[in-house]
Amino acid sequence: MTKPFKQHLIDPEICIRCYTCENTCPIDAISHDENNVVVDADICEQCMACIPVCPTGSIDEWRVVTTPYSLEEQFSWDELPVQEEVAEAAGGGGIEALDDEIARLLEEAHAGAGGKARAPASAAKASVNLYNLERPARARVQGNYRLTAEGADADVRHIILDFAAQPFSVLEGQSIGIIPPGTDADGKPHLPRLYSVSSPRDGERPNYNNVSLTVKREPQGVCSNYVCDLAAGDEVRVTGPFGATFLMPDDGAARLLMVCTGTGSAPFRAFTMRRQRMAAAGGGGGDMVLFFGARTPDSLPYFGPLKKVPEKVLQKHLVFSRVPDQQKEYVQDRMLAERESVAAMLSDAHTHVYICGLKGMEEGVEAAFTEIAGDAGLDWIATRDAMREDGRYHVETY
Amino acid sequence: MSDLINVSYDTQIPNNVGLSSDRRVLKALEKWHPGYLDWWNKLIPQKFQESFVYLRTAVSVDPKGWAKFDYVKMPEYRWGVLLAPEVESRTIPCGEHAGQPAWQEVPGEYRNMLKRLIVIQGDTEPASVEQQRLLALTAPSLYDMRNLFQVNVEEGRHLWAMVYLLHKYFGKDGREEADDLLRRQSGSEEAPRMLGAFNEETPDWLSFFMFTYFTDRDGKMQLESLAQSGFDPLSRTCRFMLTEEAHHMFVGETGVGRTIERTCQVMKENGIDDPTEVDRIRALGVIDLPLIQKKLNLHYTLSLDLFGQEVSTNAANAFNAGIKGRYMEHKIDDDHKLTNDTYTVWDLEDGKVVQKDVPALTAVNMRLRDDYTRDAMGGVKRWNKIIEKAGVDFELKLPHEAFNRKIGVFSGGLFDPEGKVVTGAEYDAEQANWLPTHADGDFIQSLMKPQYEQGKFAQWIAPPKVGIDNKTGDFEYVQLYMA
Repeated sequence: MTKPFKQHLIDPEICIRCYTCENTCPIDAISHDENNVVVDADICEQCMACIPVCPTGSIDEWRVVTTPYSLEEQFSWDELPVQEEVAEAAGGGGIEALDDEIARLLEEAHAGAGGKARAPASAAKASVNLYNLERPARARVQGNYRLTAEGADADVRHIILDFAAQPFSVLEGQSIGIIPPGTDADGKPHLPRLYSVSSPRDGERPNYNNVSLTVKREPQGVCSNYVCDLAAGDEVRVTGPFGATFLMPDDGAARLLMVCTGTGSAPFRAFTMRRQRMAAAGGGGGDMVLFFGARTPDSLPYFGPLKKVPEKVLQKHLVFSRVPDQQKEYVQDRMLAERESVAAMLSDAHTHVYICGLKGMEEGVEAAFTEIAGDAGLDWIATRDAMREDGRYHVETY
Repeated sequence: MSDLINVSYDTQIPNNVGLSSDRRVLKALEKWHPGYLDWWNKLIPQKFQESFVYLRTAVSVDPKGWAKFDYVKMPEYRWGVLLAPEVESRTIPCGEHAGQPAWQEVPGEYRNMLKRLIVIQGDTEPASVEQQRLLALTAPSLYDMRNLFQVNVEEGRHLWAMVYLLHKYFGKDGREEADDLLRRQSGSEEAPRMLGAFNEETPDWLSFFMFTYFTDRDGKMQLESLAQSGFDPLSRTCRFMLTEEAHHMFVGETGVGRTIERTCQVMKENGIDDPTEVDRIRALGVIDLPLIQKKLNLHYTLSLDLFGQEVSTNAANAFNAGIKGRYMEHKIDDDHKLTNDTYTVWDLEDGKVVQKDVPALTAVNMRLRDDYTRDAMGGVKRWNKIIEKAGVDFELKLPHEAFNRKIGVFSGGLFDPEGKVVTGAEYDAEQANWLPTHADGDFIQSLMKPQYEQGKFAQWIAPPKVGIDNKTGDFEYVQLYMA
């Protein structure tokens, strides 16, 4: 059997047959008849040159297939076929990455949700793989700020990357790949490492083409040390964006329940900023609750800025496990302490749950949810699976 | 060193033609620039000039660089001179010089012909902005308003593109022609725009959508044929303009499509199955499908007139000279000279519509028009899909090319939309069913109420399926300036 792969397709319902993509394709993979504009799977190399020139967005469509749709089939379509059940296919959430290696990483990261990840129904459409290892984007470092106190046991950095004129559309919850320079022990170039963006879609600064990351220095980490040592003005090679399911709902009335530890806070910073900017423009209204765990206030990224976010915008539970003379407290402990409000959220169909951080946090959080759901007369596994199928339960752990 | 892909901002005028090292042309353009800004500033109502509009600006002409979106006040939009990259050892694609190296300078014997083509093309660009200048006052949404302004600023840039060619290659008389492009005004008594269709006001949004679908598509076909020019700077200019033109087609096709979608939806919601129950449908604040057919009849036939005479020696000369090619010339498999070929055109014999073969060289206009009709058919098919999907029994059709013509062989007779000859009495009796009446215009006008609230759409039009630049339909596409 042929291995499943991601076929590039054009949505005939949205395409307006302007043939700009056809004229742009450097290797003539795109053609048309009187009906449709189509991509030849045998020729397309997924260079993405056709993606930004499309005036409609119909060009950015992908389906996981074992046998590619032929040109004749594509010419006959009135609308795109639904994603067929292919072993490796991402479900309703769309395609997380075009390269298998990154897709596998994301699948592992999302495995804690207990099944195939799905994007929220009202999420914006995510673009993936605009840049890859062969054709990376080149970003310029605008700033590198230490988020944790000097002397705290963790060195966590806020890095701002500017993409200047390169189109780089990335949604909150998506990740980008950073390619560290140099080679590994076998003399091969390093592969990109994934980092979740911590800025909203319209930029770290509104309407600037920049993106921020939250990166913790790991003692032996090739890439984290590289990133944490970057200075303003340095050039960085970037791939992505990646991920098409760990996204926020665009529905302003949706309620967000977010649980994180450490740098797992990155996507939630992006979510919160997005919601704040929406609110400033008169949108939104759905409440947000955050359970955020760290060892000490000193080592909690964004501790200062977070405290400035009004409680009515974001209800914050900052919990610490290593404060001298205080009992150790983990996120699951606080969730249990807040069991009534958490249970109320779980039984509300507007609620979207997000969990992000180290793999190790999953077990405790899962146990807390099981207990809280049980008290409310809900079967946790069934509730979780239903929410996930509905695009309302998301886990990204590493 | 000048970088010919990325746009240079080292002069007042963004460009990828190395303007900063071409003092003569730079000076001429800088002299023209204030007049242009003055024209723009007087044109569009002040509150929109002060608003921030989410627009696309080219920062480079390669595929990844030309679609950069940002908020900008329109008078600060970076209009510039952008040419598609030079194709190495390009040759003249058609006519008697076919196969010879493309001209980088104006060939003396074709100077006047070339200049005239550039001036006519250049004249249509500001004309359409003039025709549409008041539409934002009745925009059905911020999304639509943004699309209108995107079309407007890009038409403005297309004027720049033609003015650059006039300044760079046509000396003093080129500069005078460039000044005249700002002197003529759409609808003016003293100095009207050169082509008839560009002197009519665009009175409402349905007209705007029909205009961008049918009339801008004529522009697209003209650009396509000029993109095949043996005069390389013209070809490169037009190739880049075509990338922008695609967005204008998009605005037209989806605008009409969304109007149809909304009408069908409201009909269904109110249990109306018969699309000809015009009064009931109009009472619900949406535009009935028969009226959309009438608007289509009008705009399609007006646009056909822009292609000129069916048999034309001017067109033959331009093709033979290698100044203007056919649509997709490089994909046509023939000798590109048309010396012995024939082409079938419409004609009128003894009052009857007939088809006959004429020398292909003289029928270049007709061929382009046929390509246009095929191209225009695509969207009509898709509008019909929307109607079919909604379960309404109605089909939109392009009328016969003989109907309602003012130019060409059919201009002397009276025809119905099927192309059948009719008497004056028959025409009068049916005209109100074929073309929009004043009462139809009044009705459409009555729907033209602005909807400036973010994420909201006027009653008569459906929201888009996807927004611009991956944004949602309720994105704040225009931050309106409130005086």
